[in-house]
This record gives sequence, C-alpha cells and structure tokens, in this order.
Amino acid sequence: MLGMNGKDTTLFIVVCLMVLLAPILLNPFPTGSAFAQFNAGYPALLQRFVIFGILVIGFNILFGLTGYLSFGHAAFLGVGSFAAVWMFKLLSYNIVPAIVLSVIVAGLFSVVIGYVSLRRSGIYFSILTLAFAQMMYSIAYSDLVGKVIGTPITNGETGLQVYNDDPQILLGDGPKTPHLFGLEMNSSFTWDVGGWSFVFQNGYYLAGILMIASFYLAIRIFRSPFGLILRSIKSNQNRLNYTGISTRPYMLTAFVISGMYAGLAGGLLAAMDPLTGAERMFWTASGEIVIMSILGGVGTLIGPILGAGVIKYMENIVSTINDNVVHGWVAFMPDGLENFFVAIIHPFIGKGWHLTLGLVFMAVVIFLPGGLVELGQRIGAKFRRKKAPESAATSAEKGTV
Amino acid sequence: MDDIILQILNGLDKGSAYALIALGLTLIFGTLGVVNFAHGALFLIGAFCSVSVSRLLSISFEMVDETQLDFLGNPLKVETPYVHAWFGPEMGASLIDWAVPIAILFAIPVMILVGFVMERGLIKHFYHRPHADQILVTFGLAIVIGEIVKANFGANPIPTPAPAAFAGAMDFGVMLGFEPNAIIYPIWRLVYFLFSMVIIAAVFVFLQFTTFGMVVRAGMADRETVGLLGIDIDKRFTFMFGLAAAVAGLAGVMYTPILSPNYNIGMDFLVLSFVVVVVGGMGSLPGAVLAGFMLGILQSFASMNEVKSILPGIDQIIIYLVAIIILLTRPRGLMGRKGVMEE
Repeated sequence: MLGMNGKDTTLFIVVCLMVLLAPILLNPFPTGSAFAQFNAGYPALLQRFVIFGILVIGFNILFGLTGYLSFGHAAFLGVGSFAAVWMFKLLSYNIVPAIVLSVIVAGLFSVVIGYVSLRRSGIYFSILTLAFAQMMYSIAYSDLVGKVIGTPITNGETGLQVYNDDPQILLGDGPKTPHLFGLEMNSSFTWDVGGWSFVFQNGYYLAGILMIASFYLAIRIFRSPFGLILRSIKSNQNRLNYTGISTRPYMLTAFVISGMYAGLAGGLLAAMDPLTGAERMFWTASGEIVIMSILGGVGTLIGPILGAGVIKYMENIVSTINDNVVHGWVAFMPDGLENFFVAIIHPFIGKGWHLTLGLVFMAVVIFLPGGLVELGQRIGAKFRRKKAPESAATSAEKGTV
Repeated sequence: MDDIILQILNGLDKGSAYALIALGLTLIFGTLGVVNFAHGALFLIGAFCSVSVSRLLSISFEMVDETQLDFLGNPLKVETPYVHAWFGPEMGASLIDWAVPIAILFAIPVMILVGFVMERGLIKHFYHRPHADQILVTFGLAIVIGEIVKANFGANPIPTPAPAAFAGAMDFGVMLGFEPNAIIYPIWRLVYFLFSMVIIAAVFVFLQFTTFGMVVRAGMADRETVGLLGIDIDKRFTFMFGLAAAVAGLAGVMYTPILSPNYNIGMDFLVLSFVVVVVGGMGSLPGAVLAGFMLGILQSFASMNEVKSILPGIDQIIIYLVAIIILLTRPRGLMGRKGVMEE
C-alpha cells in the first residue's frame, strides 16, 4: 500500500492508529483514581510525544542510517522555533507561514553546517557539530545578531515571545493564539465517559498528522535506493568511494533532511506555545535527542519514536512522583520497611529523575545496543522458541523492524 | 603592553584547566583508544573532593564556654570544630584555612581509585565497541555522576576559599618593571598556573624518563607488539587511566577557589576540553597542552573591551570558531599524529 511492503504497511497503520487514538489509549486510569497521575493522555504531553517523535525520526535518518553522530541537532530545533515565533510577530498567528519558514530556515542552516562538518567523519564530525551548535547557542543566548543590528532577534535570556505592539500585519481580527486558518491550536474537545474524560486537542492532532506524514516519508527513505546508499556509508564508506560513488552529496542530503525535520519540530513547538528561548539549543538538549534514539533503537523505524515517548513520559511522570506518593503505594508494608523502601527509591524520583534517566541510558547502551526494539525482538523470539524452536533463530536474526 | 600581559595572565588560569583536562583526555585516548565523555565528571569529582575536605575539617560540636555569657547571663554555647579541639585553636584554624591544598592529598588516592573502578568496571567492556558507543556510555556515566553530586551537595555553587596566604591580589607589574597598579593579578590564579605546570611537567617526565613510561609510549604506538613481547600492557594502561583521572581531579581541586563548583562544572569544562583536544590533535600530548593554553589566552584576548567593541560577543564564540577553522585547514589538529582516528 502507498508503495510500502506488507510489513511496513502494518507498522504504518499501527502507528497511525496509535497517534489518532492516543488520547484514549494513553488514558487508561479513570480521573480521580489513585493511578490517574500515570495517565499520559493529556494534550501538553501528547504534543511533546509527537513533536519529539518528528525530531528523532529525522535524527534517525542521519545517525541511524549513516552512523554519523551529530551532537548538535538541537540547534536546528531552536532555529526553527525562532523562525516560527518571528513569523507570529511579523505576520499573524497563522501557523502555516511559521512552520514553512521554520523548515526552510533550519534547512538553510543545515546546508551550511552540514557542508562544513561533513568534510570530517567519526569523532571529528561529532565535535564539529557540537562546536557549531554551542556557537549558535552562545549567539542566541546573548543575542549577538540583535546587538549588531540594533534590534533584538533572539532576545537573549528572556526568550522570544509575541508582544501586543508587534506589527502582525496580517492579524486583522483573527484569533490571538496560534491557529490554522481559524482553527485554534489550544482549543480542545472533552469527551466524558464513565469515570474517564478524554481530551482531544486540535494542536495535538495537527502535530500528530504531521508526524504520520514524516514517518511515512522516513519509511520511503529507508526503503529507497538513497536509503541503501546511506546504509552502505555506515557499513563501509571507503568501499563506496572505491566503487566510484561520491558519498558527500548523499551525506549532505541526509543531513539537510534531518535538519529540516528538526526545524519542523521546532516550528511545531512554537506553534503549540508561541515563545522560545536559547536553552532549546544547548548541547544537553542535543544529548537528549541522542539518548532518545539510542533508547528506542537506532536505525530502526519505530525505535526512536518509542524512545522519544519513553523519555518524555519519564520526564513528565517520574519527575512528579514524590515521597508521599511512594508512601501511599507501599502503605501495606510495616512502618520500618516502608520508610526503608521510600528511602531507597527517593533518589530516583522527583528531582532525581535525571539520575534514573542516566542509569537507564547506560544500561541500554551496555546491555541492549539495539534499544527497546531489540528488547522486544528478544522477548518475541523467546515466546516463539517455545512454539517452534527451529524457526526462532532465523526470525531473531532478521533484525530491523 | 601591560594590557597584553594582563590578558595573557588572565588566559593562563583557564588555559591551565583546559590543558590539564585535555592532557588526561589525550592520555586515555592515546593509551586505551577510548573517547571519554565522562572526563569532565572526573574534574567534577576532584572539585567536590575539595568541598568535602573543607566540610570534613569544619565538622563541629557544641561546647559550653564558661568565660563568655550570652544575653541571658547563661554560659555561651560555641560551635567548635573538632580539629580545634584536637590540634589546638591555632593549628586547627590553619588546617581549615588550608583545606584546598590538603584536599590534594585526599584527592590523589580517591581519583586513582575512581579511575581504576571506572576502567575495570565499565570502560574495559567497550574497547571493541564503536566510538559512538563509547561516547554514549561515558556520556550516560557523566549524567549519573553529575546527578549523584547534585543529590548530595545540592544544585547551588559552593564557595571554597583559598588559604588566606594566597587570597587577594598582587601587583604583578612591579616585578616586571611596570608602573605600580598596572597589572594586578589574583595570587591564587598564579598558584594554579604554577601548579598545573608542575603537574604537566611531572606527567611528561614520567612518560619520557621512566621505564614504565617508555613501555606505555611503546604501547601507544603499537599495542600488539608490546603484548607479544610478554608485557601485560592492559595493566599499565589501567594505571594510566587512573593517572589521567588523578590529573583531571587535581585540576578540579585547585580550581574551586577560582570558580565555586556546582554539579554542572564538569560538563561545562568537558565540551571545551574536547574542542581543545581536537584542536591540539587527537592523541598528541604536547598538542593538548599547547592548544589548552592557546585557546585560554585567545578567549581572554577576545573578552577585551577593545576587541568586543569591534566584534561584539566574540569572546563567547572564539573557541568554537578557532576549532572549526583549524579542523578544516589542519584536519589532524595542530600536532596530531598521522593515522590516529582517521576513518
């Protein structure tokens, strides 16, 4: 279907259903129940799932296929956000010009940075992208461009946002929040069923549909001759050069595509919440993108999206669990044991969620280089082995989902 | 002229820190072939060794002082550090005052131990994995170490003063024959520079003039042959990892009076140190030291007001700019060896 083989079509349909039904699927606990805080089905978090999904789908086209580890990808996200907010400031709150411009600007930046960085490979490439990203972060953080021109461009530490006295020449009497031709991004429809209340938000569905489109494009790239060339760059770039294929144009294309994905994600972040700041470009943000891809399973289609989901879920849910909540769960234990248990778990929750993140990340890199996807495959292979021992080995080796 | 000397001096202390961290990074890379993103965390551990020592020395108990009365007329309770009680007030006070230099003695065994544990427990398993995996696992380790420090010491910078003898500034210009007050320079930064020179010299002497160092250098050049000669090169490389950890840790200990450490200090230095290593040339020890000082001094020149008025904000991007230019014109860095990290 749509130029995809059977397995990809199934995967694509599953992802579509997941995205469209996420407000219901990720809201399994009734409102007000003890577990309601584990619900992920609220718009602010769902948006992040799909937007960071777009970001890592793009990152995966670069890192997963070619093996070039960019440590500065957040810069493109930041550039996209700044471009989008400037469109809000100058034109109107309509998100179409904002998102288009953010993709274009991020694309231009990635052409320049990619052209320079791709002259080197391996660790040098990582350091070059890191250097570029840190440079852009410094420029944005102290608003150097603005200081040269004389009017704020990135607005330094305060961050960029839309003010009432901005030109907004196309605003007219349109909505005062980001909208798609009148369809406001943050308006939503709530469906109360029994103890549950499901929230369907416009912004989420817009981002979700864009993610489905990005995912479709990524599948096509993975399965195309272009994707094959990128894979062969990963396995042996020299051999490719010897056969007379210049790899640089392909690399640059992959870099620019992934930069534009990041720009799209940045534009969408601004469309959901029309303000942005330089901290989005800091190198730890780039590190987080790498963590997401690795955690999910780099080089696979679905892995990075899973990784982005898990990380954002942890960030929002684990960081809200505090000692009292844990006391509530283990109230059945004797007092001494309860306090002991809470004391053990204390460093890993609430403010300490970064520690959990770091430990999980290390465990994944050490034991599961293929990420969550590999975990799923191993478990799947185990179950199948019980039924048909002879076919298990072959299915485990098939590898990529 | 005095302005130029002042900027060079200003660059020296930062440059020393870059050089020390980059030296350790290069040692690890040259011997073990591992790209260690957790090296900034070793600097961080060193810095917090110094914080811990100064806290340990000032652990106090309450003592009732009969000679003093509080406002109600009762005997006053005074907080007295144990060291005052054990060594007498004068000796105790000077021990607390000299906490940072004392921390060096404490940090050396701690850092070597940390290095051993890290290499034997984690890095060992990554020799045959791709460089990307090494970067990722050590990056994860750096996050974990940073978070552990944050959980124990909080997120705020912790001031750790230098000994009173080295506090304050000195008139450096007079020594060179300039007008008084032309070049005023904090003493501790000079101490830091001299200290780093001593460490760097010690590392070079160790590698150049001892049998152990000779074997290590041979192993850096051709690990396999050294192994075939019946030398257990792995054991020596593990020791070199411990040494590199100690160098980074000492850089951290001595830096605390210059910059109050918080849990992020390692990450901040790490990114810059990597740039330094790449500029100096992957695997080249003199290159790392040279690039460290060069970039430190360049950065301080770029933050002069005269320069900033022409190119605003150049001080914040100069290092990255230089790194990009050097990597594009001299792919192996300033003094990189041929065949190192070239794919």
